[in-house]
Amino acid sequence: MPPSSEGRINQTAVDLSQPAVLASAGMWAMVVKEFRELVRDRRTMAMLIALPLILLIVFGYAANFSVSSIDTEVVGPRAAQVAAQAKAPFDVQRIDPTRTRAQAVDDLRNNRVDVVIFAPEFPPRVVLIDGSSLFTAQSALGALSAGASVTMIGKTVQSRGFIAQVLFNPQLKTSWVMVPALIGLIMTFIGTIITSLGLVRERQAGTLEQLAVMPFRPSDVIIGKIAPYFLLASADMLVVTIIGCLLFGVPFAGNVVVFAVASAVFLLVVLGLGVLISTLSQNQGQAIQAAILVVLPQVLLSGMIFPLTAMPWGVRWIGYCLPLTYYINISQGVMLRDASLTSLWPSLLVVVAMACVVLGIAILRFRRDLAPNVKAVA
Amino acid sequence: MTFGARHITVDFGGVTALHDVSLDVPAGAVTAVVGGDGAGKSTLLRCLVGRIVAQHGEVERPPKRQVGYMSSSSGTWRDLSVDENVAFVAGVYGAKPRPDLLERAGLASVGHRLAGQLSGGMRQKLGFVLAMQHNPELVVLDEPSTGVDPVSRVELWRMIAGAAAGGTAVVMSTTYLDEAERASSLLVLDAGRAVLAGPPDEVVAHTPGRIVEVGKPGDPARAWRRGRVFHEWLPDESPAGTPDLEDAIIVEMLGG
Repeated sequence: MPPSSEGRINQTAVDLSQPAVLASAGMWAMVVKEFRELVRDRRTMAMLIALPLILLIVFGYAANFSVSSIDTEVVGPRAAQVAAQAKAPFDVQRIDPTRTRAQAVDDLRNNRVDVVIFAPEFPPRVVLIDGSSLFTAQSALGALSAGASVTMIGKTVQSRGFIAQVLFNPQLKTSWVMVPALIGLIMTFIGTIITSLGLVRERQAGTLEQLAVMPFRPSDVIIGKIAPYFLLASADMLVVTIIGCLLFGVPFAGNVVVFAVASAVFLLVVLGLGVLISTLSQNQGQAIQAAILVVLPQVLLSGMIFPLTAMPWGVRWIGYCLPLTYYINISQGVMLRDASLTSLWPSLLVVVAMACVVLGIAILRFRRDLAPNVKAVA
Repeated sequence: MTFGARHITVDFGGVTALHDVSLDVPAGAVTAVVGGDGAGKSTLLRCLVGRIVAQHGEVERPPKRQVGYMSSSSGTWRDLSVDENVAFVAGVYGAKPRPDLLERAGLASVGHRLAGQLSGGMRQKLGFVLAMQHNPELVVLDEPSTGVDPVSRVELWRMIAGAAAGGTAVVMSTTYLDEAERASSLLVLDAGRAVLAGPPDEVVAHTPGRIVEVGKPGDPARAWRRGRVFHEWLPDESPAGTPDLEDAIIVEMLGG
């Protein structure tokens, strides 16, 4: 039956007058709903409110390329005299007239200091600079260049009184310093983000419960889940190292075994972080949020981009709590400086300790998810 | 052999999920756990497979290797193909994959397809096939037919009944009373408490009072709609006729 003309008019009136009202009411309802959801999502709220402030304050202080203090050692017969003349930014930590130039180079190689001034009986004095500490080396060269009558020969500064030589990265190439650090960052990315996503996917799909009732030991599940990521990240590490060396000409001066062992242990730390994040997350979105909170500080506070020595202590200590800080110390030490295990063991020990703690906590939490030993877990 | 739970109580941070619930799951039979959302069905089944440890009571089950479990999410790995799912689960139990189960489930021809690409009904059937891969003594199915189309439900039920006929102790939760009626015995849960238990026929037969079909109920508090008419419970009348399981459960809820 065709609609009456009255009915049609009423219908038209509704169509013309209501959309704007409905749209604004609908939009308002949408805004209210969105706020309600956001307020209940504590993690997102924390990221929205606390994170910008933390990022601003922490990274504001950390974002500093200028090194104001350079750890310096003065050796050679005239060491005391030269040390007395040293000015900022050179901070003389040690004066040893008996040490030879070769021993001084070893001190640089093993990262005991960033600059060594070799002061023989007769000029010129030689300033040896560790090029693997890029910004420190640039600051040292800048300070030396600020003196009178100096000549720049490449990255070497020469004046009437001294010759400055950059070791381990003579051209002060950024890529040489970044590639060893990027190897660690790539492992961090895979170990933390990809692993946590893989594990959370299992939880989200409900198959973690399926695994839990199967005749597995919790360790079988944990190792079975982690091993593929360990192998993939190891393969990535190998590929990135080889391509980094071939493409950017980064040297690999040190011991491959030390590098491999350190990388494997570091990988356990970041895999542990991934497992830990997965146990704290109910879905992949939460896992990514948590992983960002773990990865971002490692990028900015590990010394990879901004030198740790340029950061105030209030921020620097965060860097010293991050595994990537120690891995970068090892990878740059092995690849660029041929640093000895004797000098690297403190960093290696920290990474091993972190692996034990992080992986231990992660496994305990994962075990709890798989095999409840407390009564009635929610 | 009878598995099951005896007087179990489960409490989640002050909220009682199960209170003094007992359930027998005999071999060679299907036992249904019936209840609405939040009644405690999944909690009970998770106690049976050991995922939750009850504060009180005992659970009797075979060793893990002899338990098959299908979670409410079907428990299939979506990024693995049907064949890969079967191979994985069989491998975990050290059993050989059973193509006969896939055949019976009508999944043999889609062995190469990812589980995530299967329809809901097919995925549930795959979940059941996985739970039965190692021919377990006890198989626990958490709402295997929820969200499954009627045809697949019938097929799924046929497989479940077949497993029980083969000697397996089967316990399944369901919200569908027509399914529960086909079980050998059932347990009705409401708010974590056992409301009714026993073979469906006995449960129905013991319904107190009389249930009558009326156009307009005399006492709306004791009446409920069934299609176009109302059923009304008259507790003081002597039993007559045969109520069905839905009527029996509602009467019990009304205080029968």
